[in-house]
Amino acid sequence: MTDDLIRRLADDLKPVRPRALQRLLLGALLLSGIVAVVTMLMLLGMRPDMETATTTMVYWTKFGYTLALALLGLAATLVLARPDGRTRWPWLTAIGLLGALLILAVIQLARADDMMPLIMGSSILRALTYIPLLSLPVLFGALLALRRLAPRNPALAGFAAGIMAGGTGAWVYAFACAETGMMFLALWYTLGIVMVGMIGTGLGRFLLRW
Amino acid sequence: MDTALIETRLRGLMIAALDGDAAAYRTLLAELSRHLRPYFTRRLTPAFAAHAEDLVQETLLAIHTRRMTYDRTRPFTALLHAVVHHKFVDHVRRQSIRLTVPLEDDAPIFAHDDSADALAKRDLNVVLDTIPARTGDLIRRTKIDGASIAEAAAAHGMTETAAKVSIHRGLKALATRFAGGPK
Repeated sequence: MTDDLIRRLADDLKPVRPRALQRLLLGALLLSGIVAVVTMLMLLGMRPDMETATTTMVYWTKFGYTLALALLGLAATLVLARPDGRTRWPWLTAIGLLGALLILAVIQLARADDMMPLIMGSSILRALTYIPLLSLPVLFGALLALRRLAPRNPALAGFAAGIMAGGTGAWVYAFACAETGMMFLALWYTLGIVMVGMIGTGLGRFLLRW
Repeated sequence: MDTALIETRLRGLMIAALDGDAAAYRTLLAELSRHLRPYFTRRLTPAFAAHAEDLVQETLLAIHTRRMTYDRTRPFTALLHAVVHHKFVDHVRRQSIRLTVPLEDDAPIFAHDDSADALAKRDLNVVLDTIPARTGDLIRRTKIDGASIAEAAAAHGMTETAAKVSIHRGLKALATRFAGGPK
């Protein structure tokens, strides 16, 4: 019986390219990232003050922080997609980044006359709606790719995919978001990204079993 | 054969297989199944020994469908161990669910016989009677009735440490007597 199986598997053998796993996950990320960008352009459009915004530090902090979280999520996903995958440095680095961002935010608050607009902004609900929404295509693509892989811990791999998706969604959303508070970024963007991470955890537990 | 040699050999076969060499792949899978069958049989209780073949097949299938997750720069045995562990844990978990929650329509209601439990209890009493009464009672309270050591010690007016020592000695004496020596 097992001999039969071996024969069938050997007949079914197709070559696998080196780094096929990396290609698969990167391909899924790029494709779904494009979907997220198009969705953002259709639903929200770029922020109107784009030209002046790109000269500010807040804009580039938003750009860098979200992109960094997306890439850290990708790095974790690439490792956790394997049966023997364990990794910790992406999480520690992400926590370190959040710490650095909080320090910047406190410095900005200390210099400001009115703190509340920098913390609460005027679009918390908008951010917490659109960040997960724009992350969904990426999360979907990543989970679809991961289903062909073999994560040692399905829930954790789902979380990593969620952070990658959340970071990408937030990065895309940042082009449409005119908030200027670092603390707004540190609190609400992070919350939006972690929410997507939680969705990924829950879905991963069921969808990534093998 | 020593493990480094096995690793070199299996890894060579796996990389050839990933490049599309079906003969190498067949050799690899056949060799794996030869190692995995006794491995699973040893780890399953005799009642489930028949599942070893299923587990072998599930493992081979997982390695096949998820061969993309093998990183050519890493040892193949690391991947193999991870897959085997995953499949084994998964299997045991599913089995234990099936064992504790029998959902079949024809679940045998009369399969569980309390008189067998009574017999076991009587055997237990006989065994515990062979050691001093207080020690036997301490063991009965802590290991069978589920009392804490503090409660059992209080019931006999001893300190916790003394109770612990007494229980330990009693179990050791039983082990020597019935299990062919202390483990």
